[in-house]
Amino acid sequence: MATITLASKRRRSGLAAKRRKKALRTAAFMSPWLIGFAVFFAYPLISTVYFSFMHYDGFKPPTWSGTKNWTYVFEHYPYFWPALRNTLWLVVVTVTLRVLFGLGIGLLITKIKTGTGVFRTLFYLPYLAPPVAATMAFAFLLNPGTGPVNSILEKIGIPAPGWFNDPNWSKPALTLLFLWGVGDLMVIFMAALLDVPKEQYEAAELDGASAWQRFRFVTIPNISPIIMFAVVTGVIAAMQCYTQPLVAGKVASGVIQGAGTMFEPGYPERSTLTLPQLVYNLGFQRFDYGSACVVALVLFALSMAFTAFLMRRRGGLIQAGD
Amino acid sequence: MTQVLDRPVELKTPASPAERTARRKALLEWIAIHSLGIAAALFFTLPFVFVFLTSLMSDDQALSRDLIPHTWEWANYRKVFDTPGFLTWWKNTLIYAGAGTVLVVLSSIPVAYALAKFRFRGRNLSLMLVISMMMLPPQVVVIPMYLFWAKQLDLSGTLWPLIIPLSFGDAFSIFLLRQFLMTIPNEYLDAAKVDGCGDLRTLLKVVLPMAKPGIAAVALFQFFNAWNDYFGPQIYASENPAAWTLSYGLESFKGAHHTDWNLTMAATVLVMAPVILVFFFAQKAFVEGVTLTGVKG
Repeated sequence: MATITLASKRRRSGLAAKRRKKALRTAAFMSPWLIGFAVFFAYPLISTVYFSFMHYDGFKPPTWSGTKNWTYVFEHYPYFWPALRNTLWLVVVTVTLRVLFGLGIGLLITKIKTGTGVFRTLFYLPYLAPPVAATMAFAFLLNPGTGPVNSILEKIGIPAPGWFNDPNWSKPALTLLFLWGVGDLMVIFMAALLDVPKEQYEAAELDGASAWQRFRFVTIPNISPIIMFAVVTGVIAAMQCYTQPLVAGKVASGVIQGAGTMFEPGYPERSTLTLPQLVYNLGFQRFDYGSACVVALVLFALSMAFTAFLMRRRGGLIQAGD
Repeated sequence: MTQVLDRPVELKTPASPAERTARRKALLEWIAIHSLGIAAALFFTLPFVFVFLTSLMSDDQALSRDLIPHTWEWANYRKVFDTPGFLTWWKNTLIYAGAGTVLVVLSSIPVAYALAKFRFRGRNLSLMLVISMMMLPPQVVVIPMYLFWAKQLDLSGTLWPLIIPLSFGDAFSIFLLRQFLMTIPNEYLDAAKVDGCGDLRTLLKVVLPMAKPGIAAVALFQFFNAWNDYFGPQIYASENPAAWTLSYGLESFKGAHHTDWNLTMAATVLVMAPVILVFFFAQKAFVEGVTLTGVKG
């Protein structure tokens, strides 16, 4: 009797030790991220909420200002609503066009039989161009004075638009830049299209389905998760859109840029303003850190709403479990 | 023998009208698809071509509407390198991208491994938080982060605020590696355990050699993220030109040479070229990374 209880006791304490060892092991492996999460996510996020209720210019100590920053941003800051509208424009128009174009290019590449590798590389390369370099290139290509695009358009008799210098054309010009870099979507659509079971196409063909019907009733249902993935990640990217509109606006306006130069954001006529640019404008140009945090929180709320959609329990695109 | 004989006989039979229309249809389709392909290829390639051609124009010609250079001014590239600061931007970018890549890979591997292969309470929650961090625009937390680095640690105007955070794992890299490690069958890990390997030895000796393509993809993405980063250097390095990186410097280069499109385009080519060169050496890792992020985990 005694020996049995002793053995089971020893086994039980052995199990507890093992469990403790396992927990320690997990904590050790996770530790870089645990520290990173606390220092670079949780702490600054809480601080952002805190500062959104404070008046703080970076010099005098922060003072409580209640909801003043919030009413300032929503009611008096002349850039907020245009920036929100532009961001939504990018979300709706640019994302739709990019997904359609990416799907089209993905389809095209699966149909090309000769020189597939060359075509695929050529279609993919613009995706790799660094955003600042790609934007500079497009600001040059599309500049109304000496740009090659307008030279060609005028030669063939098409009235050339002002692109980044015209508030009605600056967002389409940005969209063109984003369509040029559609290589990432091409790759994921190509992978998805090649995964559609061949038998389903054969069966549809036997039933007399036309090419369009095969696309509509076989291809689309099979790749719809990837379409959703492209839409939601596209929306998140559109909300973060910062570098391209900023650089395009600066280059097109011909501003001499240097450290500390004041720059009227969103040239021309606020048409290229996006929400992330406001955080920079308010925080680092106007030294109104409190109001900058209000915009940051609006941006946070929007991003998290879309991320939640991406990870919905059922029908979610990224699943946590295995 | 019969096979050899069979073939010519088959070929000699005249194609039925149905067969002929099918063949003609296939040819027309081939032509249509490849014409579309060439049109698309022009859309994707011509911007590079025009940028490159302009980079070789003389100063005067770059202000005209010509498309092709009269004289090929290769010296433009030397002028770009002679511009004060340009070489410093290269050095800084290589430091930021190089050190950052090593740190991100080293710190993200254990986290990704735990998320992919350990069973523990809070694993799903951790993964969801990793994904949330991945989706978070950097602007959301930039104010407190800037105040932390600049006011408390007095490190603004240096590359440290850009590099140090990368030693604590990067959400995108963790997610991508986790997706990759999920595809390694557990049997390998069990076999290693039976052979007496501890967790660390299993990771180093069994998992890492198999995860090489995933690690390569993460390293490449991180390298290019740093290479392309504009917002980070703008926040932390803008006040000190000696700490500028290529992405940030390129834009101010345009400011300093605001009429010289030829030099600006030469500089643009020099910023794009390394990315495209590396891609040709590491195509597989790249494409694999892009597909992995697009596939259910």
